[in-house]
This record gives sequence, structure tokens and C-alpha cells, in this order.
Amino acid sequence: MFAAENGLRGDPRLQGISKAIRVVPDFPIPGIMFQDITTLLLDHKAFKDTVDIFVDRYRDMGISVVAANVNVGIEARGFVFGPSIALAIGAKFVPLRKPNKLPGEVISEAYVLEYGTDRLEMHVGAIEPGERALVIDDLVATGGTLSAAVRLLERMGAEVVECACVVGLPEGQRRLDGKPLYILVEPRLSVNY
Amino acid sequence: MSAYKDKDARINGIKDQIRVVPNFPKPGIMFQDITTLLLKPKEFKDTIDMFVERYKGKNISVVAGIEARGFIFGPPIALAIGAKFVPLRKPKKLPGKVISEEYILEYGRDCLEMHVGAVESAERALVVDDLIATGGTLCAAINLLERVGAEVVECACVIELPDLKGRERLNGKPLYVLVESH
Repeated sequence: MFAAENGLRGDPRLQGISKAIRVVPDFPIPGIMFQDITTLLLDHKAFKDTVDIFVDRYRDMGISVVAANVNVGIEARGFVFGPSIALAIGAKFVPLRKPNKLPGEVISEAYVLEYGTDRLEMHVGAIEPGERALVIDDLVATGGTLSAAVRLLERMGAEVVECACVVGLPEGQRRLDGKPLYILVEPRLSVNY
Repeated sequence: MSAYKDKDARINGIKDQIRVVPNFPKPGIMFQDITTLLLKPKEFKDTIDMFVERYKGKNISVVAGIEARGFIFGPPIALAIGAKFVPLRKPKKLPGKVISEEYILEYGRDCLEMHVGAVESAERALVVDDLIATGGTLCAAINLLERVGAEVVECACVIELPDLKGRERLNGKPLYVLVESH
């Protein structure tokens, strides 16, 4: 669901957030209009608004875990947002990473890339069964890495309450493997910087 | 400068949450794992608070974080002190035009990149990472920021490995850490 349809219709913060995202054409390959959130991070107000909107939504949902993909796939930068949300709602932050980055014992889950597969890992013992979790990412496209994140958390017995992204395709999934998907803004279609 | 020398009451709690994993990523290395600190909301918040208390009100407009664990500590600090967050990344990750700084590893070289236009001349900047070892990546980060005319005020890390003398490799820039590990 989009934030604008879910209580934030007309909220001027959403427009500010959308405008702060830079479109980079043909990255990483020709034909892709890459949604670059690094420009959002340069705009203190827009960055703070992004975190605040998620915090306001999740603060009272009894969430004890915020999980985010750390540099998995070309589009996954949820770790820039996840820790700030976790700190504000008093939850743990759990990074989900590519193989061989996490030093302790891990569980891993495969996900599909355009060509081939890769794996996403989480530390064993990071979460306990019954914890309520949020998965955060900057952008959802196919949902492949988000789905893998959900599976990892569920394998450890967590209940994934929702997946949240800053940017998501309007005609794309409203739910991810049965989990609600909350999105702040649609992708920008034209170059703006 | 090191917070542990100031004997702040929060330091022991923070240090206790950092897990040491032997022989990772290769034999002989005692890896300082901060992911266990992130599982403790109070101690994670204390970590961020200690940096924020130090840097708030010092007219710092840029917090540059080094991929990937600098991205966990940098943004919360940036948000709290009213600064931009600028990710410094391995090659080919940043989509726009970049400047690159090469640095030497134990075997071979690597490269750190920053978006052109992210930082303006004369901005006051902080560099953040989870840990300083030899100081090679921090030095590359300082160089990137100085090349665009920024003033690097300080480097801030959660952990220092003082035996590796990284502190001496920072072009004279001060270093502030919360805990040290021998």
C-alpha cells in the first residue's frame, strides 16, 4: 500500500521525499531508470521525514526487530534507513548480508537474480521465536531480496509484521508473499538533477 | 581521544556487547563483531548518543560513512546533528558521477568512491566507520573529502585496534573512539 492511500494523503513530506530522489538513466544497465536515494540522504529534512514517517507508523506495533538488507543486489540499501528506525522505536537492528560477510554462525536463503542466484544471510541467535519484525529496504522491484529476507526471519520463528520501502512500483506487488508492503513514493520516471 | 579514557559510564556496556569472533575472515584475525551491539537497543542508542553529544552544535554539515558498517552508525548521527549523510563506497556501486581514491591493502589495492557534488567546498565533515585498524580506508576517506575542499574535523569509530597504529595514518586528523581492543 502507498503511504498516500494510507493516511498520508496530501502530506507535503511525501512530495519532498520524492523530489529528493535522483533518477540516473541506464544504471546499472541500459534501460533502467535507477532511483538514487543518496540525494535523499543529502537533504536532511527529507531524510528525517522519511525516517519519521516509518517511525510514526511502526512505533506502537510491538515490533522488536528491524531487519534490512546490507548491500545485497544492486538496489538494496535498507541499512541506511533501518538502524535509525530501530533506534527510534526501541527495536534491535539485524543486518542481512551477502555470504561471507557476517562473522558468526549464519542461516542463509537463496534469491533469484536476473541471471543466476545469490544468497542472503543472517546471524543465528540474532532474533528469537515470536519476535515481531519489520523488513526495510530502499526500493522494491521484483521483491526477490525482500522475499528472501522474510523467509530468513520466519525460519528463525519471527513474525514478519510488514515490509517497508521508500520507493515501489505502483503496478507492482501490494503484498509480498502474503505480507503487507508499505511504500512511501512511486519511482520517478524522468531525470530531475 | 578515546571515550574509554573519559570513563563514561556507558562505555563498559557498549564494550560488553561487542562480540569477538576468532579466525574471521582468516586465521589469526580476532574479528570485532558489532552486530551483537545492534541487538541491544540501549547500548546501540548509547553508542550513537556519545557521538551525537560530541558533535552536535559544532557546525558539522557532513557525516561521511564508509561502506558497509559505517552506514549503520553514520546516518543516525547525521540525522541527530542535522547533517547530510554521504556514503563512501566500493567501486561501481554509486550510480552517478564519482571521484575515486585508491588505497593500499595488505595484498593489493582497493578504491573508495564518493558522488561528485555530494559535498561542497568548506563544509565541515566527520568520517564514521565501525572500526579503525591500519587506517587505510579512513585515510582514503579523508582524501576524498579534502579533494572537494571539505574540512575533515574528526574521524569517529566505535572501536580502535591501537596496536595497528591507524591513528598515525590520518593526515594529522584527530580520531575519537569509544572502545579499544588489543
